[in-house]
Amino acid sequence: MFKILQKTFSVGTATANYPRVAPHLAEQFRGCPEFDFAAWTDARPAADACPTGAIAVSDLDGVRQVTVDYGRCIFCGECEQASAGSAEQTSPVRMTQRFELAATDRRDLVLTAQYTLHPDGSHAALRSATSGPGAEEPGKRIEAAIQNLLGRSLAIRQVDAGSCNGCEQEIVALNNPVHDIERFGIHFVASPRHADMLLVTGPVTRNMELALRKTWAATPDPKVVVAVGACGISGGIFGTNYASLGGVDAVIPVDVYIPGCPPRPEALLHGILLALGQLRRRA
Amino acid sequence: MTSLCQEIRERFPGQVRSVEEPVAGQFTVLLSGPDATAITRHLLTERQARLVTVFLEDRVNVEGVFYNYYVFDRPGDPAWVMLKAPIPADHPSFPSLAAEFPAVNWQEREIQDWFGLEAAGHPNPRRVALHDNWPNVHPLRKSFALDTVLPPFEGERHVYRPTHGEGVFHIPVGPVHAGIIEPGHFDFAVAGEPILYLQLRMFYTHKGTEKLFENIPIHRAVFLAESISGDSAFSHGTAFCQAIELAAGIEVPARAQFLRTILLELERIANHVSDIGAIANDVGFAIANAHSGRVREIVLGLCEILTGSRVLRGMVAIGGVRRDWRRAQIEAIGNTLEVVEREFRDLVAIVQASNSTRERLQRTGILRPEKARMLGIVGVGGRASGVDLDVRRDHPYEAYGHLRFSVPVYQAGDVRHRLLVRIDEVGESIEMVRAAIAHLPDGAHRAPAEPIPPDRCALGAVEGWRGEIVHWVRTGDGNRLERCKVKDPSINNWPAIVEAVEGNIVADFPVINKSFNLSYSGTDR
Repeated sequence: MFKILQKTFSVGTATANYPRVAPHLAEQFRGCPEFDFAAWTDARPAADACPTGAIAVSDLDGVRQVTVDYGRCIFCGECEQASAGSAEQTSPVRMTQRFELAATDRRDLVLTAQYTLHPDGSHAALRSATSGPGAEEPGKRIEAAIQNLLGRSLAIRQVDAGSCNGCEQEIVALNNPVHDIERFGIHFVASPRHADMLLVTGPVTRNMELALRKTWAATPDPKVVVAVGACGISGGIFGTNYASLGGVDAVIPVDVYIPGCPPRPEALLHGILLALGQLRRRA
Repeated sequence: MTSLCQEIRERFPGQVRSVEEPVAGQFTVLLSGPDATAITRHLLTERQARLVTVFLEDRVNVEGVFYNYYVFDRPGDPAWVMLKAPIPADHPSFPSLAAEFPAVNWQEREIQDWFGLEAAGHPNPRRVALHDNWPNVHPLRKSFALDTVLPPFEGERHVYRPTHGEGVFHIPVGPVHAGIIEPGHFDFAVAGEPILYLQLRMFYTHKGTEKLFENIPIHRAVFLAESISGDSAFSHGTAFCQAIELAAGIEVPARAQFLRTILLELERIANHVSDIGAIANDVGFAIANAHSGRVREIVLGLCEILTGSRVLRGMVAIGGVRRDWRRAQIEAIGNTLEVVEREFRDLVAIVQASNSTRERLQRTGILRPEKARMLGIVGVGGRASGVDLDVRRDHPYEAYGHLRFSVPVYQAGDVRHRLLVRIDEVGESIEMVRAAIAHLPDGAHRAPAEPIPPDRCALGAVEGWRGEIVHWVRTGDGNRLERCKVKDPSINNWPAIVEAVEGNIVADFPVINKSFNLSYSGTDR
């Protein structure tokens, strides 16, 4: 007993103070890639290198459409490598340290750019491009919302609908003393009947579809559903196939999407706080 | 193994067509027919061999046959021997070995489900991988398309074996569990508190992984390998890359081998540390879990410095690793390990000092050594029950041949000893990483990319933190794969849990389950 107390005192406070304080990120940490569409003369090498089809190129009637889907991106950095030209040029694709990407609208995670096509297959001038995922700032505003709405209590039921267990590891980390999600009054519960929020990872497999539907039906209203990770959003590298139905919203309605593979704990927290805003509107 | 192959040839003259060694240390013994029973029996009972895995390949379009592969190894010999048994397309059946060698029970039934071949004489031939509501399809046949749309899910009809007797009842659990864990179904038959009989239903997370491997280019497939079991991303990724490298004859630079070895051990440390906390937590010792979570964060922070990802994603590559390390990164390893070692020692001291924790873990969930051997248990669960296996020592790969380490083995087979195996292994891993840094060679971190030649076969094996991971590949045209078989240690080890829980109280199931900590996704793929 003495040993335990001694250790507790010697460690002191282990908890990081996200979102009030920005998390400590290693300089090597890879967040999402960023695209300079105007300077991007050929998206095909990046599309070919992308393991999940997050970057797609389609040509029609002399116009090339390039689509970037952060809901499929696994932050691997292969697009940056594939797009790097000579040493003097800066790559039109650059890995950033951005991870607060959660969105309430699936379409906000998709960027498109249209180019006039050259006869040799490369692009010409950029015709149009949509902007990146809107940074939805939850922060302190929503911390206050939790207190108002739920009396400092939000109950989450986590559902693994087919994940590789990567996302689960980071969700478990939300409970450790460093990320300590309970400091917001948020806790994980054992039954959907006790839950306000379903935190669902994917891809949704054929064998989990019914269980997911039943879990959703067992969760009382008002409720929010958060789809976690590239696979939870879109099916990720598994996509859709004979055994995979793709993203969570193929089966139940989703309120918030959290990109990543897996999303780091702070990214999960960002998305969960964002979803609380949704819950408040609904209540 | 050359002499062993020769012996098989001489002893079973009519049954062996040829012996080849397409990759150094990987022998393929082509049989003349589908029956591998006699040779398997000889290898297992007379020659102390171990049946590592059984899987099938559909070569009907090319050669007019299916091939069953039986992979063996032997103590003290780093080679692998594979029996390759042709099965004619017009008579899709092979003699089952499961009655005699229960270790292949699930794997033979997988062959039945995925390919529609009959494991003739199997004692329990029911479906294992495809749930009962699946139509009569065989997804790994070449004639089945990856994107086939199947009729929607209709509900479960699986009938669990009844257990009768006064006061006996069943407790169904899952697939959605109470904690943050993967989905599976457990059906406990109980009489009062003790568990009489546990039945498992897995494959809830089956997502077509092996089929998908046949449909994407190899450079993308590396990322798919990282997603087989997310807590073993680097181990599975490395096993896959090894298989491709051996098949294609790609020489991995020495520096890359050392970098991989360091990352494999960091993956082990991170997962063992969290398991130690989770085991303590499952018997109500929350403070130990809190410290373990903190120590794990320190390790994951180091992983992020080394790979850009807390969970080691996007690092391993065909021919080596994607990024080399600068001096500051290498220095971070030594500095962080010092902290981790000190914190880990305190964590272990806290766990060990708790008498009530020891009481709960000792003699709980016992897996006896003879059962463990019979069931073919591997990894942590095996080593706690006297099964002295470790791919790092038995089939040295990457830099393990240059490192000295000992493999902890206990005989007691209870939860406490599975905990002790992990504690010992973290200590060994820390020393191995230190030694690897001290001897880190200079040079390239990745071999130059080259096209992968078609129609080459090879096996890659890694001792993941959970146990033996095996990938077997046949390459195809255009940098693609014809087949990728994935064997996670979990597929071997589920029967261990069934065995270990018997007679224990239901309340101890979580900690027994956690002490094995098997991967559902690795099992289901």
